[in-house]
Amino acid sequence: MSEVLLSARQLTKRFGGLAAVSEVSVDLWRGRIHAVIGPNGAGKSTLTNLLSGDLPPTTGRILLAERDITGHSPERISRAGLGRSYQKTNIFLPFTVWENVRLAAQSRAPRAGRWLARATGFGDTNARAERALELAGLADRRHRVAGATSHGEQRQLEIAMTLATEPSVLLLDEPLAGMGTAEAERMVALLQRLKAEHAMLLVEHDMDAVFALADRLTVMVNGQVIASGEPEAVRGDAGVQAAYLGEEH
Amino acid sequence: MSIRSHLETLPNSVQLLLALAFVALAAFPLVGSDYYAQMVARMMILAIFAMSLDLLQGVTGLVSLGHAAFFGLAGYALAFVTPAGEPVSLWWTLPLAVAASALAALVIGFLVVRTHGIYFIMVTMAFAQMLFYLFFDNKVLGGSDGLYINFRPQALLFDLEDKRVFYYFTLGSLIVVYLFLRRLLWSPFGRVLAGIRVNEHRMRAMGYGTFGYKLAAFTLAGALAGFAGYLGAMQTGFVNPELMGFHMSAHAIMMVILGGMGNFAGAIIGAFAFEYLLHWFKDLPTIGAFNAGKHWQLWMGLFIVAIVAFAPRGLLGLAERALRGKAKESGHE
Repeated sequence: MSEVLLSARQLTKRFGGLAAVSEVSVDLWRGRIHAVIGPNGAGKSTLTNLLSGDLPPTTGRILLAERDITGHSPERISRAGLGRSYQKTNIFLPFTVWENVRLAAQSRAPRAGRWLARATGFGDTNARAERALELAGLADRRHRVAGATSHGEQRQLEIAMTLATEPSVLLLDEPLAGMGTAEAERMVALLQRLKAEHAMLLVEHDMDAVFALADRLTVMVNGQVIASGEPEAVRGDAGVQAAYLGEEH
Repeated sequence: MSIRSHLETLPNSVQLLLALAFVALAAFPLVGSDYYAQMVARMMILAIFAMSLDLLQGVTGLVSLGHAAFFGLAGYALAFVTPAGEPVSLWWTLPLAVAASALAALVIGFLVVRTHGIYFIMVTMAFAQMLFYLFFDNKVLGGSDGLYINFRPQALLFDLEDKRVFYYFTLGSLIVVYLFLRRLLWSPFGRVLAGIRVNEHRMRAMGYGTFGYKLAAFTLAGALAGFAGYLGAMQTGFVNPELMGFHMSAHAIMMVILGGMGNFAGAIIGAFAFEYLLHWFKDLPTIGAFNAGKHWQLWMGLFIVAIVAFAPRGLLGLAERALRGKAKESGHE
């Protein structure tokens, strides 16, 4: 049975006079991928930042598993079960790949008071990290220092870290950005696999991936939703063609 | 890469060198004069102080310019509870003094750890200066002259009035604090502090309440600075506001940079090197009308600038490179 895990109502974010996001509502269902597309500056990343708590909304409400999380800090929202990845790779460059993922996994069982215990000695944390590493296809890169891995691997690590926190809702901000064809295909396959367990918001520029993955599609322009619905219906929408798809293709 | 450059993982060669250094410290009173043994004891106390700052500066990435406040406070706490005519017990005054510093760090930390970068530097300095002037301007608190501690605390099991006993007590403290902080560095707590240094934003996105972690680190660092301050007050037998002054805080920062940040071993080496250089520069001769020793701060400043420019990992980094170079040469055989 599908269920709504995250529900945002009438979200607006104003920076001074500019409404970066204006009256946007989205529902994220378990088992479905909701893609958001739009030209640069449409407010897609701002929307992601509102949902993850990186930015507080000016008005509007956000419910996560039916609990109001509007205005909560990013750490509280993360602990409530929302995980996000970043458009600009946002990892721990000096740490090894393994330590990046392990640290993410540790957040679910912090053990902050165990001052004399070795951080690497906790089976549950290690298992969570291992699972995420395997899923993202980075198991053979674990000993590499993150800053010394390829761009594509850093993008995979970005996802692995998000998965290691075992979120129920996933916000993925351009996970395919800068990836090669083979890497992108692997990522698409991974997202397909994750779909069943998660409610997913996917911000992406790669239209092939979007139409391969999305169960629902929302098009944003200038902070506003101009169309939302089944991907095929949205693709056919005249307004969308004029405003976005037409220009790009 | 940078894990290496921080030397969080100390290579075996460096660890061996440190173990030998501890042995040398243990042997020193047997060969050196009392005067020099006292000087080394002072260096060890400053090394504990520098390590406590390194927990903030090198590990968590919080550069505090007011850390001496907690060093001084514990010394004052000892001075306040020691009556003029008899000694007090170490076993309750040491925890009390450390708790006083920890409490002050908790309160100040609550207000300052939400700031970042240059603001953090400025507000920590501001709070330390407030404490400095509180003690400086109030006769009840000793005023600008400070307070005397007529008797060293008693430990019953050993006599701290004995210089050699005090020396070994300080050495033991240094080793215990060092081993504790090394363990802490690799604990879940320590890994989070390192994560905060590298990328606090991502730590929060992954669910870590970084405020609480930073506050805990600030409080613990304050408590350990208090431990050092208690030992310092015990050694000299008096306290004055300079102990919590700006210079004291700045010297600690320089010690940590000089030795190499983020691994505690560097802080120890930095403290020893700083004190040694300080005496060396102060003893420089007068050449004609120019008193070189009087301008020791200039030489120290230039030396630190040179270290930052040419050896960003500090003296420990230099030592590591030298040892690694040797290992490589012999490894080619």
